[in-house]
Formats: sequence, structure tokens, C-alpha cells
Amino acid sequence: MTEPILTLSGISKSFPGVRALSDVSLELYPGAVTALIGENGAGKSTLVKTMTGIYQSDSGEIRVNGQVVSLPTAISASQAGITAIHQETVLFDELSVAENIYLGHAPRNRLGLIDWGTMRREAQETLDSMAAGIDAGMPLKELGIAKKHLVAVARALSVDAQVVIMDEPTAALSQKEIEELYVLVDLLKQDGKAILFISHKFDEIYRIADRYTVFRDGEMVGKGFIKDTPQAEIVRLMVGRSVDHIFPAREAAIGDVVLDVQGLSHPTEFDDVAFAVKKGEILGFYGLVGAGRSEVMQAVFGMTKPSGGVMVLDGRTIAPRSPADAVEAGIVYVPEERGKQGVITGEPIFKNVSLPSLNKTSRSGFLRMAEEFALARTYTERLDLRASSLSQNVSTLSGGNQQKVVIAKWLATLPKVIILDEPTKGIDIGSKAAVHEFMGELVAQGLSVIMVSSELPEVLGMSDRIVVMREGLVVDILDNKDLKPETLVRLAAGIVEDEAA
Amino acid sequence: MTDMITTGRRLPDRLDNPVKSAALSWESLLVLVALGIFIANSFASPYFLNAWSLSDLTFNFTEKALIALAMALVIITGEIDLSVASIIALASTLMGLALQYGADTPMLVAVGVGVGILCGAFNGFLVTGLKLPSIVVTIGTMSLFRGIAYIILGDQSFKGYPASFSWFGQGYVWWVISFELVLFLVAAVIFYVLLHHTNFGRRVFAIGNNATAAQFSGVRVDRIKFVLFCLTGLMSGIAAVLLTARLGSTRPSIAQGFELEVITMVVLGGVSILGGAGSIIGVVLAALIIGLVTFGLGLLNVPGIVMSIFTGTLLIVVIALPILWRMYKERRA
Amino acid sequence: MKSVLKNREIWLALAIVAVVILVTLRFPRFSQPGNLLTILNDTSILMMLALGQMVVILTRSIDLSMASNLALTGMIVAMVNAAFPMIPIPLLIAGCVLVGAALGGFNGMLVWKLDIPPIVVTLGTLTIFRGLVFVISGGAWVNAAQMSPDFIALQRGSFVGLPVLTWFAIVVAALFYVLMTRTPAGRSFYAIGVNPTASVYTGINVGRTKFLAFVISGAISGLCGYLWISRYVIASVEVASGYELTIIAACVIGGVSIAGGIGTVAGALLGALFLGVVNNALPVIGVSPFWQMAISGAAILLAVVLNARGERSKGRVILKKAEGVA
Repeated sequence: MTEPILTLSGISKSFPGVRALSDVSLELYPGAVTALIGENGAGKSTLVKTMTGIYQSDSGEIRVNGQVVSLPTAISASQAGITAIHQETVLFDELSVAENIYLGHAPRNRLGLIDWGTMRREAQETLDSMAAGIDAGMPLKELGIAKKHLVAVARALSVDAQVVIMDEPTAALSQKEIEELYVLVDLLKQDGKAILFISHKFDEIYRIADRYTVFRDGEMVGKGFIKDTPQAEIVRLMVGRSVDHIFPAREAAIGDVVLDVQGLSHPTEFDDVAFAVKKGEILGFYGLVGAGRSEVMQAVFGMTKPSGGVMVLDGRTIAPRSPADAVEAGIVYVPEERGKQGVITGEPIFKNVSLPSLNKTSRSGFLRMAEEFALARTYTERLDLRASSLSQNVSTLSGGNQQKVVIAKWLATLPKVIILDEPTKGIDIGSKAAVHEFMGELVAQGLSVIMVSSELPEVLGMSDRIVVMREGLVVDILDNKDLKPETLVRLAAGIVEDEAA
Repeated sequence: MTDMITTGRRLPDRLDNPVKSAALSWESLLVLVALGIFIANSFASPYFLNAWSLSDLTFNFTEKALIALAMALVIITGEIDLSVASIIALASTLMGLALQYGADTPMLVAVGVGVGILCGAFNGFLVTGLKLPSIVVTIGTMSLFRGIAYIILGDQSFKGYPASFSWFGQGYVWWVISFELVLFLVAAVIFYVLLHHTNFGRRVFAIGNNATAAQFSGVRVDRIKFVLFCLTGLMSGIAAVLLTARLGSTRPSIAQGFELEVITMVVLGGVSILGGAGSIIGVVLAALIIGLVTFGLGLLNVPGIVMSIFTGTLLIVVIALPILWRMYKERRA
Repeated sequence: MKSVLKNREIWLALAIVAVVILVTLRFPRFSQPGNLLTILNDTSILMMLALGQMVVILTRSIDLSMASNLALTGMIVAMVNAAFPMIPIPLLIAGCVLVGAALGGFNGMLVWKLDIPPIVVTLGTLTIFRGLVFVISGGAWVNAAQMSPDFIALQRGSFVGLPVLTWFAIVVAALFYVLMTRTPAGRSFYAIGVNPTASVYTGINVGRTKFLAFVISGAISGLCGYLWISRYVIASVEVASGYELTIIAACVIGGVSIAGGIGTVAGALLGALFLGVVNNALPVIGVSPFWQMAISGAAILLAVVLNARGERSKGRVILKKAEGVA
């Protein structure tokens, strides 16, 4: 039995009012992939930040090769041989690929100055060894998401780390790119590196991991070998109970077409998109991340200007030039990026809810607080919002409750069509079920719902019909009757065509 | 995070006591500072506590404070307008030019105010129409507007404004109450209602807290920002009328450096330079404090440039103190 | 070739050459080497200041106090020189750099340790530093007669055919070039401007890097304090009043993005040079110098419009057919 390279024991970390990690332990072994599994808020990212010197734990110790180390800064972590591959946000768009790989540990010449020639050459060698097909001299911003990820991997290789942390590395990648990433992970394994792999996707974990560690509510609740453990057991550990998520059964009472979109096009994002959503219907939009679904929805919502196409809402042609126009027409949009686009952080719940309805709650332009509170109360209570008061700042709410605030805000405008973009992304299972149930209620009341989702069970569990998009085009529109998940995946990934070609 | 979770169905409107939170607010701190300076002034100079002295005091800050009211809204949306003093210069110069062509008092006022609005609209167009950062745009228009004044006037000046025009800057409405003061008080009330009691004001705050989310919530962000730049231009135009009338002449260097004093007032008044927070009452109090300080030091024959040390220090100290206090409390916790 | 055309510095250099050629067509003497060297010398101080400001702007900050810092350091050095003429000039210059750096460090500490927005900090120190000039001088001027001959002569002398002042600018520019392209500190200014979050993960201390940027802009202001005073041989409260905006204008024209992370040494130098060329060309073509301000204002607006067009994100490229086109 080999010794672990990295051992964490008794790690605790608190933030004001929250205990993020409580006496957790973790071992990472050389040449092995350990999956770190847990729901959002289970403490995974706090642990990663503790391991990379961003946070300092309140108690506990970290050992590298048996030696206790302290990691007060990001530099000390990388000197201890620990490196992390985060999501794309931790790279530098305006800098070159080579510099992104070597920033902070660039090769120097005799004078102590950065040696660009050597840096570029070594960066190129690393990239070539990965068969990345990237020119080290080009600016990072000209690369796509998948290639940026390869740069991040190259950076991890360049620091000669013993421990590589991969934080949801496949979240933004296509199936083909994910396969390429697996090859890289195998390379790292053969190199004897210890890999911590954080992921939500079970197929991925079973495909690539050797061991697993499960976190729940800031505690380590289980660990073991993947090959000895059935999936149901890990799910049980994750949620603390065995969950067979059941989507609400509903009686479909589908009426006439409410919103009809024809030939919607954009110069770079999507082309000739056509679909129609009926009264009382949930129309699912499935596709890989980056297939152009959100972009289509933002055009329908007036955020971006399409280059062509016709939208007819209740028999009337509309051309919203701003979200305000769309809201007036009766189309509302619950965005995927809740923190950036959904809630107005820094403002209380009631102001968030009343914002699009101010014209209704006010009298000739002057605010009427009592009406605002009444409106906010009506809709947040319908959604069973958990908060201490309506004046609580939305930024102090959990993700699920923030999502309820966003949905309440839109329901208060009495819309005809509500677009939900990844409505349950990053919220806990309890809130998820509540959102699903609520979607059922909405259509029962005669609303039309468009749901963009990348989660197969959600799409299959909730939709009446499913639009599949790939690379900016609508591939197919399917009735959700006896659909096989594989059909959707194949359409979304374009696998049939690849085999033919 | 959530300190108290209600499991019942009814959510209360608010938990904190509004009286208590008002007592601990930035505004009440400013009131204390203003009172302190007022008392210090009355001890420092025997001439201070006199109706005419106090009336003179108001001339010190009303023109800048008028602009500060509109600037507060611009800064709350997360933008800034550095061109206000240059708008005064251009508006004043064009009023002088109009005077040369025989414009009467109403016409002069119309020119001043109109030029202000147009300049503001130009800023607003560059910021919202062309999506440029307001700090750079208004550094540019700051040079451009005053530059045009220099092209027109060079090292000359316009003089000979009619007496009826001078009344705007020198006249009294009743006893020691000047027209400038009355105008400022009326404007302050209007801006207070606009920012704190209308849909427009609510949207201004929403934009400042998160412009993207505000737009996604159906707020017409660009339209509101455009209106605010026009409003700042309007107030600068009004300030140009008052200042020109008070000085009785126009030089292209008029109101030099006003922009920084206006912004100091706004920030001192508790408006977050990062946007999203602030109040009109705070801005009015800050204007009063700066007026009191400069007037008091003036009574003591302290030169204006030394007073600027005082305002500069006040600005930094007043911003730094709450931060230091918070750090101290966190360290103890 | 495509990348050359995308290069802002090339376009700006071409614009400067175009202005020179246009003026020369009517007034051939304008482009005589002697006159061009004069322009370069006249612009030297602005070039150095623009480089200092660029470092600060790269880190998503702004230093409005540079001109006041320059005036204060300049007054201090002039008064020291008037009182103790025996102190050698190199020592005085070193003192200027230190005093300037300390004033900049004061800004930097407030930004780093208290996290006060840079625009607020430097708005405050702009007035404080300027006021201190009055306090230490009592409002009096230090004029040529009170300065030692060496004090005035040094930067007016010439060395290998170029004025010493120009040499100062050349050396400072070379140092900045090495600093910004070849040292980890220089690259960290870019890094925290491009992506502060990612910088933390890379092990860069964002606050300390901003502090360093303010120290650098302060040191440059201090150096230019001596150079300015000895060039215009008068130290007063009014020295370089309002010049902070000219410095920022040079940066903006030079393609330094106010949003941080974008800007080059060559760009800042060219931005300053552009203003210098225009200002020198105006009297030559018989335009009143009162046009200067409006022209630099228009140049700032034009530069920012052009830069923004280059930086504007084109949206995601999802469609296969759109790849390579966008």
C-alpha cells in the first residue's frame, strides 16, 4: 500500500456565521485520481482554497510527503507542489498563452530578467507534449474554452506539481473535448501525480476516478474505492438519504401557440432558429454547454439584437429591443448567472421583487412602500421563500432562495411566457424539487414555460416537447414520449454525423 | 449567513428598528460634524454668529452643491462626470457671447441652461450610445468644453451683464435669504423626492448595485444614465447662470477645479464612489460642512489653498474612519 | 501583417507622422531636426509622467495626485536648494525621487490597507499635497535668482548631442520598458489589471502590487518635480496645476485602457508625444495656443472611441460558418 502524497487531517474552517469545514480529512495517493464528491455548499471549494493557500484553516494540519506544511499564500502552496486547475476565470485573457503558463514562475536570465525566448520555447514544448495544437505565442483571448483548459493543464505541468487539483474541469467542455481531457488525466497519472478531481457527473467519476471522498455540509462522510462502490451508495452519502428524485406528475392541458419564433438568426451565435411554445406547455431546450441556447433566449428577451427572424406573441408580431420591451410584451427570463444577472445583490428582497413591477405598485411615479411589501409578500410566500424578513439583503440568501426571489420578481409581472435558463443549476436538492413543482403549477395556470437545461433527467422529467440545439442550430424538436436519453445525447453531440464523416 | 430563518409563512417587512438605524447612520455623523464646526466657528470668530455672515456663508457652496445633487445620482449609478466645471465655463462664455449680440436676461438664462443640457446630453450620448467609460469621456469633454471657451475668449473676458441678470447671483428673496439659497433648497427637496420616493430613484439605485441584473429586470439602464448626464448638465448650466451673475464677468478659467470639490461633497455625503448607495440628505449636509469649514477658515484669514488641505483630509478621514472601525471590530471578534 | 495593423501604437505613430508631414508641407522648418528635438525635449516630462500613470492605470487604479506631488516635491527641492546651495544636485534628485515615492506610498497604503477607491484617495491627496506647497512656502515663490546655477544648468546641458532632459526621458523609458516586459513585478501589474481573481490564485498580492504602482507613479512625480522646477525656473503653488488630467490624457491617447490590464510603454510615450507635437505645431501654423485644450479634449475622445471599437467583444462564436470570419 503506497503512502499518500498529501494528507489533510482535522481541517476546520469557519466564516462569520457559517461553519464551512468541520474536522475533515483527505488523502491523495500518487498515480491515482481521487474524486471529491458533494453537493454545492458541501465545502468542496473551501477545501480547495485551503489546499492552495487562498484560505487558512482554523485548525488541522496538512502534510506533504509526511512533512507538516503551512500554506499562508498561493505561492507557498505551489512551492509545496500543489497546483489547481480552476474554471476558465483564473486565466489572463490579455496575456499570451506562454505567459499564462509561466506567470509567477517565469524562467529568468543571468540578470534576473524574464527570459521570453526560453519561456515561449518551453511553453511550446509542454503544449506539444499534450498534442494541444496551440501556438504559445498567441494571445489567450483568441482561444476557445476547451483550449483555454488545455493551457491551464499545461500550467499545472509547468510548475512540476505533485498534487493536481481539477475543479470541475469538464463543466464547459463538449463530449469530444472531455475525452481529450481524460487522456491528459491519464498522462498525469502515469507521471505519478496525485489528482483530486471535483465533479458532479457520476459517469465521469466512474470513468476516471480510482478513489472517492464524499463531503456533506462541511463534513467528510465517506471514502473508498470507486470500483467497490455502487453509485446509489455514493448518492446516499451525498444527500444523507436515498433519493430517487421524482418529478411532479402533471396533467397536460396544452392550448394554442403563444409564442412563435421563425428564422431567428445572429451573425455568430445562432442561425435560422424556429420553435413555438404553447399555452400550458413546458418546452425544454437541450444541448451541450455552448450550443447557443442561452444566446437564443437572450435574443428573444431583447438583450441582444438578432440579425433576422420573426417573433409572434399571441398573434402580434413583436421585436423587443431591450428586456424592458420584452417584459412589457409578457416575456420574462430567469438567467443562468443568478448572481450577476438575476438578483440585485446589495438590495433587499422586496426591492428585487418589485423592481420590474414598480409601475404597478407606485402612484404616478411615486413609490408606495406598503404596496411593494404586499406584492413581494404575495409572490415570495407562494414560492415558500425562506428568509428572516422582506428587508433581508438578497446576497445573504442561499442560491435556491435567491432563485425563488428571481422567479417571484417575474411572476409579479404576470407574464405570458417565462424562460428559465438552467433553473436548478447550483441549488440544493430540496430547492430543486420545489422549483420543479412550481414549474408544474405555472403551466397548470396557463403560463408557457421555456426551460433551458443541460441536465438530462430534468429535461426528460419536466418537458412536454424538447428542442435540441447544436452549434447554434436547432437539430430537432421531439415530443417527450418514450424518449431515450441516448437519443438526446446523440443529437446534441452530433455523434451520428461524426461516424458518417 | 441567514441569522434567523422563519419557518412560518408570513415574512415580516423588516426586523431592524428604523429609529435606531437612523441614529447610527452616516447622516447623523455628518450632523454632529456640522454642529461641531458651527460651534467651533462661533468661538473662533466674533463675526460668525451674525445673520449677514451666515447668509454670506451660503454663497460659498450653493453653486457647487446644486451640481452635487445631480452628481450624486450619477455616482450612485456607478458613473462619474468630471466635466461639470468645464460645462460652467462653456455655458458662461456662450452667455457672454449672447450678451454681445444683445440678449436680454431671460435669453441669457435660456442660453446658460440650454448649453448645460446640451453638454450633458453629449456626455450621455458618448457614455450610453457609444458605451464608453464615463471617466475617460468626461476627462475628454472636460478639456473640450473649456477648450472651446478658450477658443472663443482667449485671455479676454465678457463683462457688463445687466442688473436684472446679476440678481440671480447677488439678489435676496427676503431679508438675508438669497435667491441662490432658495433655489438650492428647492432643488434639494426635488432631488430628495426624486431619488428616495420615485420609481426613477429606485431604478437609479438598482443600476448602481448591479447594472446587468437591473437591465435583465427590465430597467432601461442606458436611458436612465442618459437622463442623469443631461440632469447634471442642466444643474451645471444653472450653476453657470448663478456664478456668472454673482461674479459679473466671464473668463474661460471660471469655476476651475469645481469638479473635484463637487465630487468631494458627494463622497463626503456618504455616496459610494463604487455606486449603489447614498442619500441626498447626506450630500446637503456635506455641502454645508464644506461651506462652514471654508467660511470659518476664511473668517480667520486662512487662505483658500490651506482650506483645501482641510477638505482633502476630511474626505480621506471620513471615508477611512468607518473602515478602520470595522477592521478594529473584526480584529477583536 | 494583420497583427501589425491591429497594433494601436503603429496607428498612433502614423498619426503623429501625418501631423508632422501636414505641418511641414506648409512650414518646412517644422520638421528640421533641431525643431523635432525641441519637441521631444519639451515633451520629455510629460512622457515620464505618463509612464508612471500608466502603471497605476494598468492595475485598475488612477492617480489624480501626480501633478500636486510634482509641485510639492518641486517646492521642497527648490527651497532646499535655495537654503543649502552646496548640496550636490544628484543628491537632490535622489531626494526628490524618495520624497515623491513616499507621497505615492501614502496613496498606496490607503488603497492597499484600507481598500479605499484610488479615485477618492488621490482626489484627497491632490488637494492636500497642493495645499502643503502653500504651507511650506507661505505662498512665496522660489525664483531663478534663488536657485543655484548648477540646479538650473544640469538638465539644460547636453550630452552626446541631446539635451540632458531628453536623456532623463530616454533612461526612464528604457527602465520602464525593462520593468514592464522583463520583470515579474511588471507583469504582475498587467496580471492584476486583466484578472484580479486569477492573480490571487497565481500568488500575486493584489493590494501590494497596487501599492507598488503608486510608489512608482510617486517616484516619477518626484523626479519630474525637480526637472519641472529647474526647467521653468520658478517654484510656486501654481506649478503644474491641472496637469494631472493632461497626464491621463496622454495615457488614454496612447491606448492605455482605463479598465486596466492594457497599455504599453511605447503607447504611453507616443500618447505624450502626440500632445507635444500638436501643441508645438499650433503656433507654427498660426493657430492661437488657446486651441490646445480643445484639441487635446477632442483627441482623447477620438482615441477612446477608436480603442473601444477594438476592444469590443463580438459575442461568442458558436456557428461553424462564423468561425474565422469574426
